[in-house]
Amino acid sequence: MAGLQTRKKQRLVVVSLAVTTLVGASLLVLLALGGDSLSLFLQPSDIKDRQVETGQHFRLGGLVETGSFSRLDDGLTYRFAVTDCLATQPVEFTGLLPDLFREGQGVVTEGELNSSGVFIASTVLAKHDENYRPPGTMPKAEGQCSHPNDQAAAASYTGG
Amino acid sequence: MAEFFDMGGYALYVWTAYGVSAAALVWLAVSTRKQLKESAEAVESARARRKGRV
Amino acid sequence: MHRFANPAQFNRLADVILPWAIGAMVLLFGAGLYYAFWASPPDYQQGESVRVMYIHVPAAWLAMFTYMVTAAASFTALVWRHPLALLAGKAAAPAGAVFTALALLTGMLWGKPMWGTFWVWDGRLTSVLVLFFLYLGYMALWQAIDDEEKAGRAASILALVGVVNIPIIKFSVDWWSTLHQPASVIRLDGPTIDGSMLTPLLLMAGAYQAYFVVVFLWRMKLEINRRKLSVARQAMMHAPVGAE
Repeated sequence: MAGLQTRKKQRLVVVSLAVTTLVGASLLVLLALGGDSLSLFLQPSDIKDRQVETGQHFRLGGLVETGSFSRLDDGLTYRFAVTDCLATQPVEFTGLLPDLFREGQGVVTEGELNSSGVFIASTVLAKHDENYRPPGTMPKAEGQCSHPNDQAAAASYTGG
Repeated sequence: MAEFFDMGGYALYVWTAYGVSAAALVWLAVSTRKQLKESAEAVESARARRKGRV
Repeated sequence: MHRFANPAQFNRLADVILPWAIGAMVLLFGAGLYYAFWASPPDYQQGESVRVMYIHVPAAWLAMFTYMVTAAASFTALVWRHPLALLAGKAAAPAGAVFTALALLTGMLWGKPMWGTFWVWDGRLTSVLVLFFLYLGYMALWQAIDDEEKAGRAASILALVGVVNIPIIKFSVDWWSTLHQPASVIRLDGPTIDGSMLTPLLLMAGAYQAYFVVVFLWRMKLEINRRKLSVARQAMMHAPVGAE
């Protein structure tokens, strides 16, 4: 009976250690090595940091800057700016915008920079935030720009 | 009423989502019930057979 | 612990719980659907499409909860060689696979009109798809290996390895940039969802939870019957010739 108890205790230690090690190691590897490559999109301030080149295909995400949206004279092309509150990137897109596309809301676009530094998007997806509310009300954080990686910079952001 | 079913123009998406969910949940519950019933009957007849043999 | 190791005792306990669980399930689905369709407002941004949330989020929560049940059962089975624990994992997995499939499908049907796409390979969507494959793999291992002891052990090890995916699903939206939005309910600074919409969400989550209890108990009873049958069949095969 004593032998059985010891074996059970041994199994408990071995299985617990194996699971903890495996989970811990996998998460560390993911966070240490995978962080960038597992992200879906770059933000406007990443473009300069990463030295993204003209013609290089990538995804750009951020908030559609309030007051930046306009339609070009051809009537088909939309122009707006995507901001992460640290930097702002002008974008042009020809096509159908999703229902949720709006100024001040999130967006994920796919395309490349042209020679004049405008991001020519081939796809525009709307990214909604975590707020759910009845119509006619506003979430607490509305109107404040917030950068996910830099709260201090976000606090000093004044727009434009 | 028609307005309710229209779901603000999202009828196709909303009703398909609810329809698929209901179908899958009902299917799992019903098939589980059916298998449970069959297995209980099989256990019962196996027991009867064993008793019959002794 | 070993009080529940006795299948007859487990069946008795299940028969006590089942009527209450079924009652709770019916009431919660009734109230939840009433709130989801009639007693809650459209969203200020998403309009009526927000009603998909009331089945999408509970399915996703239960997909993860059921996985933790399967993993905990697998752990118990591996360490203490507890026979009912092994069956508990096997009984929970099909429900988990259904919840995961529903979370993915309803998410796609919500994503198309709101985001503008059915699917994107971001951290959240991809890790939930991996969860679906983990369930399929777990169930396939049970099917593929004839020796039930070995099948159960292999499936349990897979279930434990897959536990790493659960924190990845939860924090994918915080660690990496994704199209999927961050958490609205389970977050440090409190829910960012209005009370009028939180009510139907929690009622539907309760309904899904009760549904899980019902299906799980039924499947436990089913697996206990199956185990009895395979034991009886083995006894028959090993019975000496001419014993009839």
